[in-house]
Amino acid sequence: MEFLLLLCVPAGGAIALGVLGGRRRAPELNVAFSLATFIAACVLTARVVSEGNLLLFREWFFIDPFNVFLVALTAFVGLTTALFSRPYMRIEMEHGRVTARRLRLYHAMYQLFMLTMLVALTTNNMGLLWVAMEAATLSTVLLVTLYRTAASLEAGWKYFILCGVGIAQALFGTILLYFAAEKVLGAEGVTALLWTHLNSVKGQLEPAVLGLAFVFLLVGYGTKVGLAPLHNWLPDAHAEGPTPISAVLSGLLLNVAIYAVVRCKVLVEGSLQSSLPSQMLMGFGLVSVVLAAFLLWRQRDIKRLFAYSSIEHMGIITFAFGMGGAVANFAALLHMTVHSLTKSAIFFTVGHAAQKTGSQLMDDIRGLVTISPTIGWGLMLGTLAILGLPPFGVFASEFLILTTAMKQQPWAAPILLLALGVAFAAIFRRVQPMVFGETTAKRLPHPPALLPVFAHLAIVLALGVYVPPYLADWYRAAARLIGGP
Amino acid sequence: MGNTPIDMQLLNACAALLLLLSFAMLSQRRVVSLVNLLAMQGALLCIATLLLAWRTGNNHLYFSAALTLGLKVFLLPWLLHRLIRRLQVYWDTEPMLNIAGTMLVGLLIVVFAFGLAQPISALASTATRSAIGIAVAVILLAFLMMITRRKALSQVVGFLSMENGLFFGAMSATYGMPMVVELGVALDILVAMLVLGVFFFQIREQFDSLDLHHLERLREDK
Repeated sequence: MEFLLLLCVPAGGAIALGVLGGRRRAPELNVAFSLATFIAACVLTARVVSEGNLLLFREWFFIDPFNVFLVALTAFVGLTTALFSRPYMRIEMEHGRVTARRLRLYHAMYQLFMLTMLVALTTNNMGLLWVAMEAATLSTVLLVTLYRTAASLEAGWKYFILCGVGIAQALFGTILLYFAAEKVLGAEGVTALLWTHLNSVKGQLEPAVLGLAFVFLLVGYGTKVGLAPLHNWLPDAHAEGPTPISAVLSGLLLNVAIYAVVRCKVLVEGSLQSSLPSQMLMGFGLVSVVLAAFLLWRQRDIKRLFAYSSIEHMGIITFAFGMGGAVANFAALLHMTVHSLTKSAIFFTVGHAAQKTGSQLMDDIRGLVTISPTIGWGLMLGTLAILGLPPFGVFASEFLILTTAMKQQPWAAPILLLALGVAFAAIFRRVQPMVFGETTAKRLPHPPALLPVFAHLAIVLALGVYVPPYLADWYRAAARLIGGP
Repeated sequence: MGNTPIDMQLLNACAALLLLLSFAMLSQRRVVSLVNLLAMQGALLCIATLLLAWRTGNNHLYFSAALTLGLKVFLLPWLLHRLIRRLQVYWDTEPMLNIAGTMLVGLLIVVFAFGLAQPISALASTATRSAIGIAVAVILLAFLMMITRRKALSQVVGFLSMENGLFFGAMSATYGMPMVVELGVALDILVAMLVLGVFFFQIREQFDSLDLHHLERLREDK
C-alpha cells in the first residue's frame, strides 16, 4: 500500500502539475506532492524496519537493505529540493528567465523525474531498471534546456546524445544478461530478468557472456554515473540547467546510476568467480577521481566546479565498491548518502549566491558573508563537509575508504590521497574568496530561507559522529549482499 | 546452405539486407533518404520477426512484429519526415570523415563485430544465432554514423538505427526480450523522439540552423 503510494504520488503529481504547474501556487503544490512521496517513503521504511525485505507485485518490485535507504534518501532530497525550488523558481520567473509555460514543464518533469528514480531503485526487473534509467534522462533533458540559452541547448543535446548512446550500450548488456539467464531460468514468464532470481542462480550463469555483458552495462550505466572518460555531459548539464535540477542530478541521479552498476556487478562477480568486475570498477573510479581533481583547477563557473567535484566523489564511491569487502562497501554506501546530502546542500547555496549576484562565474561572486551570512556560512560549511573535513560524515566515509585501500590495494592509496589533496586545494582556493572576499555589494534586505541547506548539513554532521543502528544494519547487510574479496 | 529450410534462408537474407542498409546509411547524405532507409530497416526487422514468430510459434513475437511495424515503419519515420519538412533540413554537410574513409572503417567494424559476437553465437541455441554478429555490426555502424555526422537529425537517425540493431540482437540471441521490457523500450524511444522534436525547435530558434558545430562552445575552461 505505502509502496503503491510511493509510485502513484509522483505519477499523479506529474499529471496534476502538467495541468496546473504554471499557476501561482504551483511551487507549493510541487512541495505538497514531494512531501506526500516522502511520507510514503518513511512509512515504507518503517515497514521494512519491522518486517524486513519485501517482494511486491509478483516480485516485480523489491525492497532490500541496499535500496531502502536510497529510496528514503531520494524522497527526502526530493522534498528539500522542492522546498528550495519554491522561492528559487519564483525569483527566476520575476527575473524573466522562465515563463509560466516553462514553469509548468519544469514542475511536471520534476515529479516525473522523481518517479523514474524511485522505479529504478525499487524494481526487481533488470529490463525495467533500464527503462526507468532512460526515462530519467528523458525527463531531465528539457529541464537542462529550460532557459533556452545557447549554452543550455548545447548542454541538453550533449546530455541527450551521450546518455542515449551510453544507455543503448546498457540495453545490449541487459540483453546479454537475459540471454545468459534464460538458459538457466527458462524463457517462460519473465523471471529471467528478475534480480532476486538471477542472484540466486548467479553461480550457474555463463561466465563468458556475463563478462561481456558487464563491459556493456558498466559503460552504459557508467556514462550516467559520470565516470571518466564518459563524463563529458555531466558538468555541462549541471551548470546550464536550473539549480534545483543540478542538485537532484548530482545528489540523486548519480546515486541511482551507481546503484544500477553495483546491482550488475553483484551478478557478474558471482558468475565469473574472478575479480575482473572489481578491477574495472577500481580502474574507472580511480581515473575519474584523478581526472576530476585536476580538472577542478581549470573551472571558473561555480556550478561546473561542483559538478567536477561530483565526478570526483562518484569516482571514490566506484573505487570503494570495486575494492569490495565489508568495510569498503559500508564506506561506499555511507559516502553515497553523505555526498548526496552535502552536494545538494551546496547547490542550494550556490543557486542563491548566483541568483543574488547574477552570475555563475566565481570571479564575480565575492564576499557572500557580508551580503548574506546564511548563504556565506552555508557554502563554507558545505564546502568543508564535501572536502572531507572532520567531523562531517564525508570524513568518516573517506577515512574508511582510504584505510581499507591501504590494507587491500596499497598501490592505490597514495594516488587517492594525492587526488583528494589536489581537489581540496582547488576547491578551497576558489570558495574562500567567494565567501570572505571584499565586496561592494549591499547586504540583502531579507535573508534567504536556507532551512534545507542546514538540515542537510546537520544530518551529514550527525552521520559523521553517529550512524543510527538500523542504518548501520542496512549498510552492513547491503555490504554483505554486494560482497567482493 | 543446401538443406537450410526456406524460412531460415529468408531470415538470413533479412539479416544481410539489414547490414547492407546500415552501409547505405553511412554513405547517404540526403536526410530524407536516410529516414527512408531507416524505415526500410524497420520493415526488414518486422519481416524477420514475423518469420521467426511463424517458425518458433512464439506468440509474443507477433506482438513484437506489430510493435515494430507501427513504431519503426510508420510512426517514427512519419515524425522524422514531418520534422524535416518543418525545419527544412534536407542535406547533411560533408561528414567529418569522407564517405570512402567511413566505408573502410565500417568494413573493419564488421570484422570486429563478428569477432565480438563469436562467443555469444557459440552459446546460443536459437535458430538465428548466426545473425548475432550482424546485429552487433549494425549497432557499431550506427555508432560510427553518429560520430561522423554533423547534423542533429542524422545523428538521431543513427541513434534509432542503433536501437534497431539492439532489437535485432535481442531477437536473434533470445527470441526477444520479455514483452513488458520491449514495451518499455518502445515507449522510451517514442518519448525520446517527441522530446527531440521539441528540442530541435529550440535549437533552431536559437541558432537558426541544426548544424551541430554551433553546439561546440562549452569547453573545459569556459
